[in-house]
Amino acid sequence: MTDSPAPERHPGDTIWGHVAHVLRDNPVTLLAFGMVAFLVGCALFGPSLVPHDPLATNAARALEPPSWDHWFGTDNLGRDVFSRVIVATRLDLTISVAAVALSFVLGSLLGAVSGYWGGWLDAVLNRFLDTIMAFPLFVLAMGVVAALGNTVENIIYATAIINIPFYARLVRAEVNIRRHAGFAQAAKLAGNSDLRVLAFHIFPNALPPMMVQVSLNLGWAILNAAGLSFIGLGVRPPTPEWGIMVAEGANFIVSGEWWMAVFPGLWLMLAVFTFNLLGDGLRDIVDPRKRT
Amino acid sequence: MILGRVAQAIPVVMGVVVISFLLTRALPGDPAAYFAGPAADAASIAEIRQALGLDKPLIQQFFIYVGDLMTGDLGTSLSTGQPVAMDLAARLPASLELTLVALILSCVIAIPLGVLAATRPGSWIDHLCRVVVTAGVSMPTFFTGIVLIYVFYYLAGVAPAPLGRLDFIYLSPPQITGFYLIDAAIAGDWETWAGALKQLVLPAGTLALFTLAPIARMTRASMLQALSSDFIRTARAAGLGRRKILYGYAFRNALLPVITTLGMVFSFTLGANVLVEKVFAWPGIGSYAVEALVVSDYAAVQGFVLAMALLFVALNLIIDIVYALIDPRIALG
Repeated sequence: MTDSPAPERHPGDTIWGHVAHVLRDNPVTLLAFGMVAFLVGCALFGPSLVPHDPLATNAARALEPPSWDHWFGTDNLGRDVFSRVIVATRLDLTISVAAVALSFVLGSLLGAVSGYWGGWLDAVLNRFLDTIMAFPLFVLAMGVVAALGNTVENIIYATAIINIPFYARLVRAEVNIRRHAGFAQAAKLAGNSDLRVLAFHIFPNALPPMMVQVSLNLGWAILNAAGLSFIGLGVRPPTPEWGIMVAEGANFIVSGEWWMAVFPGLWLMLAVFTFNLLGDGLRDIVDPRKRT
Repeated sequence: MILGRVAQAIPVVMGVVVISFLLTRALPGDPAAYFAGPAADAASIAEIRQALGLDKPLIQQFFIYVGDLMTGDLGTSLSTGQPVAMDLAARLPASLELTLVALILSCVIAIPLGVLAATRPGSWIDHLCRVVVTAGVSMPTFFTGIVLIYVFYYLAGVAPAPLGRLDFIYLSPPQITGFYLIDAAIAGDWETWAGALKQLVLPAGTLALFTLAPIARMTRASMLQALSSDFIRTARAAGLGRRKILYGYAFRNALLPVITTLGMVFSFTLGANVLVEKVFAWPGIGSYAVEALVVSDYAAVQGFVLAMALLFVALNLIIDIVYALIDPRIALG
């Protein structure tokens, strides 16, 4: 900030002013930010705050419905469902954030290079992305985990692989329309190398739509990872994880012990819903015209 | 035009085959040692390696793999002892029946919902549409299925036990198409037909709830866009009837992006299918793959992945052809 007087400034001129304006206009987005903060809080501090040890079994108090003692009831081994649900937040968020970060980086690299230089590189990349998209994505993730081995890291890699096309295509399109833009050519003329122009002048323009994609993708990545562990891939019991907990609870739903499956499922839904809301809200901030 | 589109699918199919070959060869550890079993000695592992062709260079292995595929050989499943292709073929109708019923159900609900929401913005139906869309994309299918089982089987007692395609008191209808609903109808066995339908309602409803959101969202958005375009204004100015404008002009144009979305929806549905089949013990190819995954039956899993990908490519092909048939601007010449 400079001291020079700027008489014509409005609160909406700065980025923060704009964000504040949109948030005032749309309290739902504010709520989404609050919920994200809550989930991150659970992930960071949850394990040290929960009332019970998430792994401690207690056969005497198995399959108890929710009570003051056990807010979400207990499972078939007498473990506290509430503590397990909260503790699982860290693992689920880690998987999805890591997967989305990986696909963000790889997708950006691939998309930027092929969008800027074009040519055969672009053609090859497009073919490759088409091929990935030719698979039903969840099924491809299953195949990747089956091929690489049944571990949590491989769940992350599989989720990252199926997300790469979305980022690569987005960055490719954003870079491609700007590679001959005036500001890019000016930067080039001023003696910047191709790489520098691409990385510091063109690529940042792709970031706002990328952020929207990241947020929408996080919810989807959580769903995906939970789905994989629901069918028995990746995370292994007794590790608390939402997908596994729903799978374990599914065996008891037909006999009426609903709390084992319903609470982790609701928590999972809450997390996905939060990131979807956030994505919609971010899109309103970034590009108000795309509102549907 | 159609031939051209079919030709475009060929490189995609080749890419799919390459990726699924790489997936089969990326097995953890030594596939020969794996297939030989834990009790095998070095000599028998070497023998199996030779029998599987794993001692040959990778390129040659690839051509052997493609040759096997051409003859429909996807390898043998370890858990069932049957050729994977046969297992998949036997179970495919169950999955297809579930998927198709679910998609028809969700289109029948979502498209009118989207149209109504677009024509009456701000009304209760618009808000309902928004709620369905937002909730629908956040719902894990496996969780929806479990909640539906709890409500309709345990609490209300109206749904049958979630144990497959047909209660054991019925005999499965004589196999013609493999679709129980169609087979039973052909055989005129309406009792079995009703039994099969009862089993189908919950899993198909679960899948439909999942696919409802993207279809309704797209219908609403594209209908809004169509209604605000110039040709609708012209049609209104020319004094055409409301019905004619809405269905003859706006809806026909709005359908195009919806059909494009259906391709993406299919991708999600085929994935969600796996989860729904597991929840409802549905004997389709999804639960086959899950069972195979649990016992590390890799040939079966990779066969499943390949089959799903080919199915998806075929579906996209059909969607594109339908698109061309509907879109008056693309001439079929």
